[in-house]
Amino acid sequence: MSAGAVTEGRSAVRLGRLDTLRHRPLLVGLGALVALAMAIVAGVAFGNIAVPIGDTIGILAQHLGWPVATSWPASAETIVFDLRLPRVMTAAVVGAGLAVAGTTFQGLLRNPLADPYVLGTASGAALGAAIAVLIPVSVAWLGFGLVHLLAFSGALIAVAVVWRLARTTSLSSLTALLLTGYAVGSLLAAGLSVAMYASGAQLRQIVFYLLGGFSGASWPQLVAAAPLVVVGSVLLLLRARSLNALLLGEETAANLGLNVRRERAILLCLAALVTAAAVAVSGLIGFVGLIVPHVVRLVVGPNARLVLPLSALVGAAFLTFADLVARIPGELPVGVVTAIVGAPFFLIILRRARAGYEV
Amino acid sequence: MVIADGGPTTADPLTTRELTMIADGRATLDGFDLRGVGLDYGRRTILDGLDLQVASGERVAILGPNGAGKSSLLRILTAHAPDRRGTVLLDGLPLEGYSRETLARRLAVVPGEVSLPFAARVEEVVALGRIPHEDPLRGPREGDRAAIAAAIERVGIGELVGRDARRLSLGERQLVVLAMALAQAPHVLILDEPTVHLDLRHQVDVMELLVTLNERDGVGVIAVLHDLSLAAHFFPRLVLLDHGRIVADGSPDEVLSNDRIRAVYGVDPALVHR
Repeated sequence: MSAGAVTEGRSAVRLGRLDTLRHRPLLVGLGALVALAMAIVAGVAFGNIAVPIGDTIGILAQHLGWPVATSWPASAETIVFDLRLPRVMTAAVVGAGLAVAGTTFQGLLRNPLADPYVLGTASGAALGAAIAVLIPVSVAWLGFGLVHLLAFSGALIAVAVVWRLARTTSLSSLTALLLTGYAVGSLLAAGLSVAMYASGAQLRQIVFYLLGGFSGASWPQLVAAAPLVVVGSVLLLLRARSLNALLLGEETAANLGLNVRRERAILLCLAALVTAAAVAVSGLIGFVGLIVPHVVRLVVGPNARLVLPLSALVGAAFLTFADLVARIPGELPVGVVTAIVGAPFFLIILRRARAGYEV
Repeated sequence: MVIADGGPTTADPLTTRELTMIADGRATLDGFDLRGVGLDYGRRTILDGLDLQVASGERVAILGPNGAGKSSLLRILTAHAPDRRGTVLLDGLPLEGYSRETLARRLAVVPGEVSLPFAARVEEVVALGRIPHEDPLRGPREGDRAAIAAAIERVGIGELVGRDARRLSLGERQLVVLAMALAQAPHVLILDEPTVHLDLRHQVDVMELLVTLNERDGVGVIAVLHDLSLAAHFFPRLVLLDHGRIVADGSPDEVLSNDRIRAVYGVDPALVHR
């Protein structure tokens, strides 16, 4: 059948109504971009030692290669460029990564309650970090420690185990993944409890990791994690079509031309990689990966081609802002801020959402 | 014809001579050709010994009591039953030789039920039908949008545009999924009880739409139906399944004899108004 089957005028009316939605994603994208830029500048400018906004922008611009005359003390440059910028950038990268991974897991598992941690990544990373704290060997290289390495591996191993085990059950694939993820997660959480119980004086270090934050951020860490997050996110974005096809379920996705087994494996792998990289540098930060995709979907609908990139922007802006708020009273764990700021914001959004939104 | 890597595999019940004829182009097997097809779930046999040919461009209703194997037959036709027995050819080539992508440009499926995990507007659901045709990276273009609008128009759900598909009645949702399948611009439309949640007016509308699609646009239609009267009225060929076997295949008058309705459904044929 063809479009010619429809009378011109009437179909134009329909298209007009479809078109009214098209400007919104652009607005949201621009808004998020402006918010992100503001959050980055503010995040770099504010802190224990305030650097004037003008100097901050000057320092950032100079490092971006613009010819700006130096009008600030060298200490300001150290503070801005060596201490605060890596921290702010790490927050942005982690926020983008968690939001993209959350979008992917929600779409892949067709479950609005899914988040980046749903398939055992969180408990895997936590147990890895706890083991690293308990091992009485101090390995550190360019700001990396055993904690980062074991957290990263723990997250990936946990997902791999869940994936492997889920395939051996006779349940439908999605239910199997979710339940296996829950079971493995619980098992790892038990391991974590044992590690914490046995940790004695090092308990504080483990808790510090579990709460998540960016106080330990550095350029080398960022340089290691950012490529994984960015490349993983871009590859996920290129597979937005697969996430769209999965909207009506795996069988319909197959009828729409998707090789479901292959796409599921690829999406899961990429999302787990992004999550593991984010978790390794920042610890466990809840809420971002869960609510940001929903907030974006509320405004632009479920099309993954829009939801993935916009979630990345909104997630980056949100977490950068949350880290800024976390620094104001001293050093609050950023996960506390994401929950305190995020939960009421999310509730307000839900109330004013597109008619009929249900989570 | 585009065939997935690997190409056609050897299919047992077809003779070498037949395969050679197909390869030579001397035999044109257009549409579906099922030979000795069976399906088991565990130890239970759902379908057994099915031989069925449906030419492309045909309009066929598949009938039968609950549990007769109708939906399983659809699963076989749409390549969702990899562990079936027998041979299924589509346009002369084994079904399993097709990639999902190629199949999706040929067959569109209207499932009996769909669920949405997130709120989605009606037109966003219909747009999913363009996935097999749209640019994988850039998404739907102008032509795709025209096809989406045309499908919405054709199924007559323009009034539903802008509404959350999850807030629609079951019947309305069925129409939305039908529009999605039309947006897919298939050669063959495969439907699992497309009228089950619809009121009488919409049942007739959908049936008439299927007839037009078939007779005017040449789209093949294979539909599982429960309503014998609708099937008899709108479909020239009926296939009646019972206990996993084809018990009758032909025109409505041939298939829906009083004796057969009594035997297969165990009801008084007078209840089936024709």
